[in-house]
Amino acid sequence: MIELENVAYSYGGGELLSDISLKLAPGSFHFLTGPSGAGKTTLLKLCYGALLPTAGYVRLFDADVRGLDRDDIAAVRRRVGVVHQDVQFLDHLSVSDNVSLPLMVSGRQDDAAGNDLGELLSWVGLTNRADAMPPELSGGERQRAAVARAVIMSPDVVLADEPTGNIDWEMSQRLLRLLIELNKMGKTVLIATHDLSLIRATKAHVQARVLRIANRRIQLAGADL
Amino acid sequence: MKLGGGILQHLRALVAGDRQADRVVPPSGFTAQLTVFVAGAMAFLAVFALALSLAAGRLAERWGDELAQSATIRIVAPLDQRQAQTEAALRILETTAGVATARALTDEEQQALLAPWFGPDLALDTLPVPRLIEVIEEGDGIDPVGLRLRLSAEVPGAVLDDHGRWRAPLVQAADRLRLLGWLSIVLIGAAVAAMVTLAASAALAANAQVIAVLRLVGAQDDYIAQAFIRRFTLRTLAGAAVGTLLGVLAVALLPSASDVGGFLTGLGFQGAHWLLPIVIPLLAAGVAFAATRAAARRTLRGLT
Ligand SMILES: Nc1ncnc2c1ncn2[C@@H]1O[C@H](COP(=O)(O)OP(=O)(O)OP(=O)(O)O)[C@@H](O)[C@H]1O
Ligand SMILES: [Mg+2]
Repeated sequence: MIELENVAYSYGGGELLSDISLKLAPGSFHFLTGPSGAGKTTLLKLCYGALLPTAGYVRLFDADVRGLDRDDIAAVRRRVGVVHQDVQFLDHLSVSDNVSLPLMVSGRQDDAAGNDLGELLSWVGLTNRADAMPPELSGGERQRAAVARAVIMSPDVVLADEPTGNIDWEMSQRLLRLLIELNKMGKTVLIATHDLSLIRATKAHVQARVLRIANRRIQLAGADL
Repeated sequence: MKLGGGILQHLRALVAGDRQADRVVPPSGFTAQLTVFVAGAMAFLAVFALALSLAAGRLAERWGDELAQSATIRIVAPLDQRQAQTEAALRILETTAGVATARALTDEEQQALLAPWFGPDLALDTLPVPRLIEVIEEGDGIDPVGLRLRLSAEVPGAVLDDHGRWRAPLVQAADRLRLLGWLSIVLIGAAVAAMVTLAASAALAANAQVIAVLRLVGAQDDYIAQAFIRRFTLRTLAGAAVGTLLGVLAVALLPSASDVGGFLTGLGFQGAHWLLPIVIPLLAAGVAFAATRAAARRTLRGLT
């Protein structure tokens, strides 16, 4: 699905990430941890084509990211649901419209996926906020809306950047169950978080690998979690 | 008209098209009305420029035709010599290069010409009215200088009235006026393009964050551009339609043309030309379509 080969990235100063090789196989479940500023968000951006690697290769669905034109990138983003750390919505549209925005822009509004909207909103506990405008949402509500928007297209891959940063334990468990369900349906999931208890709780339900960024490199975390 | 057809097709697709795409970009208030207003004002001006061009064209053509084809010779002589001199002049004309036919007007024809001034009861045979010879030219026409020289030698009373002498500058002026009219239309079109480009660029810049969100959830550039193109095309179309209508009304309400009024009151449309202004809103919409699309593509290419 997504493959990084000897990838390095730098924002202009020194290298932030070096020699990263990573393969997200279909149906796999990964966590990504590391100290703040280690480059988790940067790595996710490399995975959905928002950034181009300064060295090495990134392959999205078997295509070199450097060879993709703008429409190809748009197509990739329809297959990769992303929960952004600083999630942004269209402030003039309601929460339910924002959640179904990916369907709208890809002309799939009338698909069966559109029918799941109500169910999805109730899963993330936003049913009675469906008609609210995004600026009226709390931080946690925004994150839940972001998760709903990321999965509404039933994407092949879900990349979530701190999806549970602002929400209580119970709700984060709920969101995680949603992601686990998607994973059981064969979707690939990658979650960046530094919430270790969340990782532990998840490992009880699903075979998850934990990747850690340390010293600019990525390593598979051991059984110490 | 292929161009018009293409634009029409685009417009139809736009109107019927994706209202969804329109909704994802927040409505813009005041600047939108400015676009409509400027489009209307420009269309209004374009109607006058068009009327001017067409009127100047008609004038140039009429004058040009007459000029290219005819000249007149007046035989100013005492009554008893008039007939002889007329025949002498006709003989000279027979051997003059560039003359297709030449004939003296009959008394009846001259009477008809003079009737507006002296009434129908004028007795021409008793008055020293000059005899007129109508010369129809062919090819490059006659050489007025050479002809005058020959006439003055053999027919002392002959005066060659070479229409070209005084009409050529008028035709040239009318031609120039027509050119200016068309140039104005082109400039008006360019001004609409510039205005729409500015307005669309401002709208794109104001919505940078909206565009970024749309890109992140997988919208293609064309989808995003569509929302802006639709808006500016429809606005320009609406504004230009109203402006054109008012312009045509204003032209229609001009005092009606008369022969004495000459050029000034001849400003207007004739016959099928009344339908021409319909093209103005369509062209304006086409210009807006192209300008917005170019602006959107430029802006979108700069984003990730
Ligand atoms: N656009 C940018 N330009 C320059 N530097 C940047 C940019 N974005 C991030 N950085 C820097 O790169 C480093 C990694 O940022 P990144 O957002 O990937 O960290 P992170 O691991 O996601 O951190 P956190 O856990 O706090 O979200 C940081 O030091 C940050 O300041
Ligand atoms: Mg981050």
